[in-house]
Amino acid sequence: MNPRRKKRLFAVVAAVFGIGASVGLTLYALQENINLFYTPSELVEGKGELKEKPQIGQKLRIGGMVVPGSVERDESSLDVSFKLIDTGPMVTIRYRGILPDLFREGQGIVAQGTLVETNVVEAFEVLAKHDEEYMPSEVAEAVKGIKHEKPKYNLNSEN
Amino acid sequence: MIPEIGYFALVLAMSLSLLLCIFPLWGAYTGNLRLMKAAPSLAIGQCILVVFSFLVLIYITLMDDFTVAYVAHHSSSSLPWYYKITSTWGGHEGAILLWLVMQSVWTMLVAVMSKSLPWVLRARVLGVLGFLGVGFMLYTLWMSSPFERLLPYFPVEGRDLNPLLQDPGMIIHPPLLYMGYVGLSVSFSFAIAALLTGKLDNTWAKWSRPWTMAAWGFLTLGITIGSWWAYSELGWGGWWFWDPVENASLMPWLVATALLHSLSVTEKRGVFKSWTVLLAITAFSLCLLGTFIVRSGIIVSVHAFATDPDRGLFILSFLAVVVGGSLALYATRVSQVYSEGRYQFISREVTLWVNNIFLVVATLIVLLGTLLPMIHKELGLGSISIGVPFFNQMFAILTVPFAILLGIAPMLRWKQNKMPPLVKKWVVLLFATLVITTAWLFSSFEVVAPLTFVATALAVWIFIATATDLFSKVSVHSSLTVGLKKLGLSYWAMVLGHVGIAFVIASVTLTSAYSVERSVSMKPGETAMLNEYEYRFDGVKEIRGPNYGGHAGVVTVFKDGEKVTKLYAEKRRYDIGMQFMTEAAIDDGFFRDLYLALGEPLSAGAWSLRIYHKPYVRWMWLGGLLISFAGFIVLADKRYRGRVKKPQQQEA
Repeated sequence: MNPRRKKRLFAVVAAVFGIGASVGLTLYALQENINLFYTPSELVEGKGELKEKPQIGQKLRIGGMVVPGSVERDESSLDVSFKLIDTGPMVTIRYRGILPDLFREGQGIVAQGTLVETNVVEAFEVLAKHDEEYMPSEVAEAVKGIKHEKPKYNLNSEN
Repeated sequence: MIPEIGYFALVLAMSLSLLLCIFPLWGAYTGNLRLMKAAPSLAIGQCILVVFSFLVLIYITLMDDFTVAYVAHHSSSSLPWYYKITSTWGGHEGAILLWLVMQSVWTMLVAVMSKSLPWVLRARVLGVLGFLGVGFMLYTLWMSSPFERLLPYFPVEGRDLNPLLQDPGMIIHPPLLYMGYVGLSVSFSFAIAALLTGKLDNTWAKWSRPWTMAAWGFLTLGITIGSWWAYSELGWGGWWFWDPVENASLMPWLVATALLHSLSVTEKRGVFKSWTVLLAITAFSLCLLGTFIVRSGIIVSVHAFATDPDRGLFILSFLAVVVGGSLALYATRVSQVYSEGRYQFISREVTLWVNNIFLVVATLIVLLGTLLPMIHKELGLGSISIGVPFFNQMFAILTVPFAILLGIAPMLRWKQNKMPPLVKKWVVLLFATLVITTAWLFSSFEVVAPLTFVATALAVWIFIATATDLFSKVSVHSSLTVGLKKLGLSYWAMVLGHVGIAFVIASVTLTSAYSVERSVSMKPGETAMLNEYEYRFDGVKEIRGPNYGGHAGVVTVFKDGEKVTKLYAEKRRYDIGMQFMTEAAIDDGFFRDLYLALGEPLSAGAWSLRIYHKPYVRWMWLGGLLISFAGFIVLADKRYRGRVKKPQQQEA
C-alpha cells in the first residue's frame, strides 16, 4: 500500500472505531440515566396502557400538588415529609434539607429521587419553579380536565 | 404615542433590512456595482433605527408607562432605575429586541470595517446579514412586539421584574450571550458569501477569523457570567445544571471553539476548507436551535419564559429556511473546493482535526441529552428526563484524551514532525505533572480519590505543557524581552485560552470532589463546624430594601478561634407578587468560597441554615475570563486590520 492509502485506511479505521465506541458508551450512559416521570396516581396504579409500575429502588421523577396540611417537619433535624396528589391516590415524599423558596402547600412541585416503598419516594431534589403561577407542565397535563373540580382528598382516610 | 414611534422605527428598520437583503445580493449576482454600494449605508440606517427603537423601550420603562403590556408585566414603579433598564431585556419581547439591537450593531460594524474586502464579497456578507435581520424583525413585529398596549384597561402598578433577575449578573449576562450568538451570524454570513462567490481561500478564513474570535469571546464571557449568576443567585451553590437553556448556549460554544481552531488551519495551511464552512453554518444554526428551544415552550426549565407555540413555529420555520438553504448551497458548491496542503500523520493539522472531532462529539452528546426528552414527549411516549450524571460521565470521559492532546498539540509543527525528541519531552513533562499533582493534592486534602487525581493531573499537564512551550518559543531569541515581543497575539491567545481551560478543569474537579455542605438547624448563639471553619449563628434581623423586605441571618465565621468574616444570608420577600428569594451570603476567596443560605424559621427561635465549603470554585470563572480574553486580544492583531496583505507563510 502506498503511504497515502495507508493514511486513509488508518483514518477510516480510527473513525469507525471511534464512532462505535462513543455510540456504545453514550447508549450505556443514557440507559443508566433516563428517569421516567410519574404522577402520584401513575406511580401507584401504573403508567400507560400496560399499567407499568415502577420497581422499588428505581430512580424517577414525580410531580404533583403538595397536599395541604401534609407537610411534617422533624423538630431536631431538617427531615421533612409531605404528600403529593394529582387525581387519585397520594404518594409520600421524604426529603432532608431546605425546601426551595416557592415550596408551598397546594402548589405544584417536581421531586427527583428513589422509590423506597410502593408509595414512598425518597427525594434528593425538590423543585418548585420561581414563578407564582407556575405549575409543572407535566402536572398541568395530568390534572387537565378536572380544573374546576376540587381534588378529593382526605388526610384521615388515606388511600 | 411614544411606544408607537418605537414600533414605527422598527417597521422602517425592517424595510431598510429588506433592501439590504435584496440590493447587494442582486447587485453581486448581476455585477451591478451601484446596487452593491448601497449596502453599507442601508446597514448603518437600519442600525440607527433599531437602536432608536430600543431606546424608546428603555424610555417608556423609565417613565413607568404601564399602558404598555411589556412594561406592566416586567417592571414596577418601585424598581430601582438600573433594574428598570435591565427589565427591558428581562422578558421575552424585550430580549428579542435586544437580540435585534445586537444583530443590527454587528451588521453595521461589518459594513464599516470591511472596506478592504472586494465589493462582491462585502455585498454578499451584508446581504446575508440583512436577510437574517429581516427574519428577526418580522418575528418581533408580527409575534412579539414589546410595544403592545393594554388599552383601555391598564394597571396602575406593574408586576415587577422577576426577583431572580434583579442581580448585577443578570444586567450583563443576556447582552453578552446575545453578542456571542449574533456574532456567530457574521461567521455564518462570511461562509455563505464565500460559498456564493465560490472562492474559499485563506483570505476568506483570514477575514472571518477576527469576527469569529470576537463572537466566541463574548459567548464565553456570557456563559461564564451566567454560571456565576446561577451560583450566587439560585441559593444552593450550583454552577452548572445541564439545563436545556444552558445547553442551548453550550452547543454553539463548542462548535464555535471547533470553528476557530479549524479556521486557523484553513488560514495558515489552506486545508479543512469545506469542514470549516460546515462548522460556521452549524454554529449559527445551533444558536437558532437554542432560541427555538428556549422560546417555543417545549421545555420546562428555570429559564423558560412566557412561551407560545406560534412563536416556536415561526422560529422553527426560520431555522428550517436558514439551515436548509445553507446546506443546499453547501452541497452544490462543496465539490469545487480543493485542499492545497499536504501533511503527515504526526502534525499540527491532525491534532487540530482530532480536537474538532472531540468538540463535535461533545456537541452531539449535549444535543442528544437535550433533544431526546423533547422528542420522546412529542412522540407521545411519555415524559422522561435525562439525569445530570449522563452529561457528567460523558464529559469526564471525553475530557481525558482531549486534555492530553491539548497539552501536546501546540508543540507540534505544521506538516510533519520527528517523534523521538518530542517523546523525550513528553516523558519529562508527564513526570513533572505527576510530581506537582501529588504535591498539590496531598498537601491540601486528606483523601485523594484516583479519579480526582487523574482529572487534576490533566489540568496540571495542560498548564505546564503550555508554559513549557511558551518558554521554549521565547528562549530561542537572544533575550527575554525580544522573545516575548516576537510572539504573535494569536499565540498569546492560545496560551491564555489553554491555561483558562486548565483552570476550569482544575476547578470543576476540585469543587466537585471536595465541596462539603451541611444543613443545620441553629438557635442564636449556637455554633456549627464545617471543615476548619466554625460558624456562629448570631440571630436574625429585619431588613428592608427598595422593593423588598425580609430577614437576614447573621453568622460570624471563625477559623482557629479568630474571626474571619461576618455573613448576612438574606431571605427576601418582594412586595409585588410576594415572592420569596434566598440571597446567599458568600465569602469569596482564591482557594475557597464559604457559602451560606438561610432556610425557614423552625420552632423556638431556631432557623434552618445551609452551609457550603467550596474549594477552588472561583477558578472556574477565572478560567472563563481568561478564555474569553483570548478571543478579544486577537482583535488587536495587526494582521487582521487595514488592508489585507499577502497571506503570510508560516515556517514549515
